[in-house]
Amino acid sequence: MEISLTVEELAASYGARTVFAGVSLQVRRGEVLVVSGSNGSGKSTFLRLLAGLQQPSAGIAVYACAGRAWAPREAGPIIGWVAPDLALYRELTARENLRFFADVRRLSLGDTEIDDLLVQVGLGGRGNDRLSAYSSGMAYRLRYAYALIHRPPVLLLDEPTVTLDTRGAEVVDQVIARQRREGIVVVATNDPRELRYADLLLQLGSP
Amino acid sequence: MQAQPEQQEQQEIEPGQAIRSIGVRDLLAAAWAIFVKDLRSELRTRYALNALVLFAASAAVAVSLGVGFIGMRRTDEYLLIQSALLWIALLFAALNGLSRGFVYEEETRTMAALRLAAPAISVYLGKLLFNLALLLLLDTVTSLLFIVLVRVEVGSPLAFVLVLAAGGLCLATATTILAAIIARASFKSALFAVLAFPLLVPPLIVAIQGTALTLDSAGMTLALPAIRTLLAYAVAMFVASLMLFRFVWEA
Repeated sequence: MEISLTVEELAASYGARTVFAGVSLQVRRGEVLVVSGSNGSGKSTFLRLLAGLQQPSAGIAVYACAGRAWAPREAGPIIGWVAPDLALYRELTARENLRFFADVRRLSLGDTEIDDLLVQVGLGGRGNDRLSAYSSGMAYRLRYAYALIHRPPVLLLDEPTVTLDTRGAEVVDQVIARQRREGIVVVATNDPRELRYADLLLQLGSP
Repeated sequence: MQAQPEQQEQQEIEPGQAIRSIGVRDLLAAAWAIFVKDLRSELRTRYALNALVLFAASAAVAVSLGVGFIGMRRTDEYLLIQSALLWIALLFAALNGLSRGFVYEEETRTMAALRLAAPAISVYLGKLLFNLALLLLLDTVTSLLFIVLVRVEVGSPLAFVLVLAAGGLCLATATTILAAIIARASFKSALFAVLAFPLLVPPLIVAIQGTALTLDSAGMTLALPAIRTLLAYAVAMFVASLMLFRFVWEA
């Protein structure tokens, strides 16, 4: 499947304060874009713009996938998003959460596939626990399951390993390695170790 | 917790499985999934249920002890006052609980996950279904409490139920879209009340007058215009909400 992301003169601002402006780039299948910068430089905002969760103050971002163009706000079916400010339903179990998101996305997934997904993110055997009983690291792993459930061609990862232990970071390595083969990845981070994922680097704010 | 070797990553989910055109059945099925999820969450958290039932019970007990209709003659004014008290209890209980669907998603920060996964129209329909279910429960509990504690005598039970149902539809359709609008605001309760006032007063007046007619033995014939008006209002609000919701949801 062909997939690309084109960003032209993208800008974001909060009130009178411009966070970033004039960002132009292109990401193609098999490439990982790493967005780096200090706190407040707009990394998370950049990813929220790409996910269609926020509107830019100028410029455009557009995906080309499955023979058509997708504006970010309509690109839910092709995007997987993991971020510290993403939350799932704490009163539901991990399996109920994934079943719910599979249902609203109209995916025909069986229990085995959901269990496989939980195993893949290191939550095998904990699927029947409610999220309220999860540690922050476990909840973060479940966000990966949420983001991967529809096998999206575009994976947007904001602070991909925050709160994760070494094993969790290995899971992220594997997720990015596979996604690199199947689509594109955009990673926002200020952890220098995560620069190793980069095929393309976007530095926001003061370097 | 072990990271799995790469060979085991290859699960059976097809890449890009969610990329396909969405039909009406898909939208309705997604709406049903949202309704079921909200119901399950509500039964576990009792976020809205307790507020609704406690408010209805408090209102019925307060009216019963404070007003005391026993021995009064069943004049038109008497029936109107009983009807008005019933609808005031329903209105305030609804305002307390029916914003829950969207406000809870915002407070628990699950809104973004839902926005990325579900079509906007399905979210609206799912939340509306949930509010209708809550309102059905609220209508039943409040009217039974009023019948028992406030000694409301229903002259025409079928017309009474129909006016309650039609008025409930109006409350649910209006409060669902209002809840979506105020969910991300800072002063949710105040804004909800301010926006609800002009939208809910007209159907409330019709519902109060219609209910008063059903308490008398006048029956369905006299209550029918009120029922029709309420249904027309609910349909208009539903259609307007369908057209408006996407802009509210994606704002």
